[in-house]
Amino acid sequence: MTFLTQVLNGLQLGSIYALVALGYTMVYGIILLLNFAHGDIIMVGAYISWIVMAQMGFHPAIAILLSVVGCTLLGVMIDKVAYAPLRNAPRLSILITAIGVSYFLENGAQLVFGADAKVVPPYFDASPLSFGSVQLSPIALLTIAVTVVSTAILTFLVQKTKLGKAMRAVSEDMGAARLMGINVNTTISFTFAVGSALAGIGAVLYAMAYTQATPTMGIMLGTKAFVAAVLGGIGSIPGAVIGGLLVGFAEVFVSAIGLSVWKDAVVFLLLIIVLIVRPTGILGRTMNEKV
Amino acid sequence: MTSEKKRSVLVQMEEPNLIPERDLGHIPVLQAKHLGIDFGGLTAVDDFNLAMGRTEISGLIGPNGAGKTTIFNLLTNVYKPTRGTVLLDGYDTAGKSMVQVNKMGIARTFQNIRLFSKMTVEENILVGLGNSMSTKLVTDLFRLPQHWRQEAEFHDKAMDLLAIFDMQKYAKAQAGSLPYGAQRRLEILRALGTRPKVLLLDEPAAGMNPAETEELMENIQKIRDEFQIAILLIEHDMSLVMGVCEAVGVLDYGKIIAKGTPEEIQNDPRVIEAYLGKQGVN
Repeated sequence: MTFLTQVLNGLQLGSIYALVALGYTMVYGIILLLNFAHGDIIMVGAYISWIVMAQMGFHPAIAILLSVVGCTLLGVMIDKVAYAPLRNAPRLSILITAIGVSYFLENGAQLVFGADAKVVPPYFDASPLSFGSVQLSPIALLTIAVTVVSTAILTFLVQKTKLGKAMRAVSEDMGAARLMGINVNTTISFTFAVGSALAGIGAVLYAMAYTQATPTMGIMLGTKAFVAAVLGGIGSIPGAVIGGLLVGFAEVFVSAIGLSVWKDAVVFLLLIIVLIVRPTGILGRTMNEKV
Repeated sequence: MTSEKKRSVLVQMEEPNLIPERDLGHIPVLQAKHLGIDFGGLTAVDDFNLAMGRTEISGLIGPNGAGKTTIFNLLTNVYKPTRGTVLLDGYDTAGKSMVQVNKMGIARTFQNIRLFSKMTVEENILVGLGNSMSTKLVTDLFRLPQHWRQEAEFHDKAMDLLAIFDMQKYAKAQAGSLPYGAQRRLEILRALGTRPKVLLLDEPAAGMNPAETEELMENIQKIRDEFQIAILLIEHDMSLVMGVCEAVGVLDYGKIIAKGTPEEIQNDPRVIEAYLGKQGVN
């Protein structure tokens, strides 16, 4: 029974990591950028929920909607303002820009909201559901369900729509895609929008589970999700989900056996091991450097 | 089509007479004037002139590093020319993006195949067809009736294109898994899907065996006749160039050193020296 609870916890935490990792992996897949600001987009999403519910007193549904929409717009805006002008610059420049954007968001949030944690009110009544002796957290179940549905929609979007075809084409060969008439900039914007929308959903789920927003909450969350994306094989959508779940489970089980101080270390150790044994990640494919 | 009309002069060395003595129908579909590009201090292509009729097949030959692919990159705005202009159907392509140039009517294949190898054969074609598709994400995502209509329409179009090379059976296969020759053919089809007026083929016969090359020659003519487009190709395989092109230009060190019909080129001593080597063939 406690085992089941832990599995559920692992799935819940892993689902959040998976959602965030999907954003990393999509952006990396298309422009080979590790978008270090991705975690901070989640932080902004959590603050939006806090403002809408705690400050303005609106219905949680509005908070969810505005968080997701806000993150989506923020992601697209970051791309337009910070990354798009550097499309043809060396990859290191854009990577450093991403770190800069990350610091900007963290310190901006600290300036505006202060360094102390804000309490995000509950989105709904989350008293545990009892099935006989087993108690299940509705938040955990919701998180898992939302992640499954989001991943399914994302997979459908990428595999079955024209936009998805454009994304895959751009990710394989941007030059050839351009010469085949694909509008690369629009495609990249859409990728940021989709990745950031997932981050927005992640923000809401995270705020449900941990009920607070701090300016630096995106750092560890983002880093862990990044680890998850690399574990699964960066650029791969199923890889990001597998990686996210692995990281979530690793953390939960390490904590469950009483070594919770080690939970972060274990995640990074896992990364090191995978990088030694299988540098491309679990589902990653070796990529030939394009000429 | 008369042989007079087909016989066109690829490269016009004399200026300003870019289209002399011949009737190209209308304005040339593709025109380059004094095109040149420098990389650093090195002149890769210099004073390249070209005028192509609407349905002619022309070839560019030359030793490795002569600047053939660079010319393709200039014609498709991958590179910005240092000098000169490119006119596509009479319109200047300067300042246009690669996407815009494609939509203006120029499509190409690549020397080293650049298919979307993780996508299926049909999807590769659909990407090419995409520039004429106007679907909205909403119709796509929610599978509105319009989506199914368009999907059926584009599936049919893709299949029609695949039929040109008898490749329908590969439609669901991953592009990267196809045999080499089939990948080259697919790349041509993908380019055709963008409905070009001019098709640029960068070494279409590279890596093909003689039988495949033979078939390719027939297919290039078939494509021209069926789609009524101009085709410019770069090739090492002399038999292909001589067999299929109506006009040939020879490039060496970024400059055109000879031009004319395949027969004229074959007998030009400068060409034999630059391209076939000094020892000479026959």
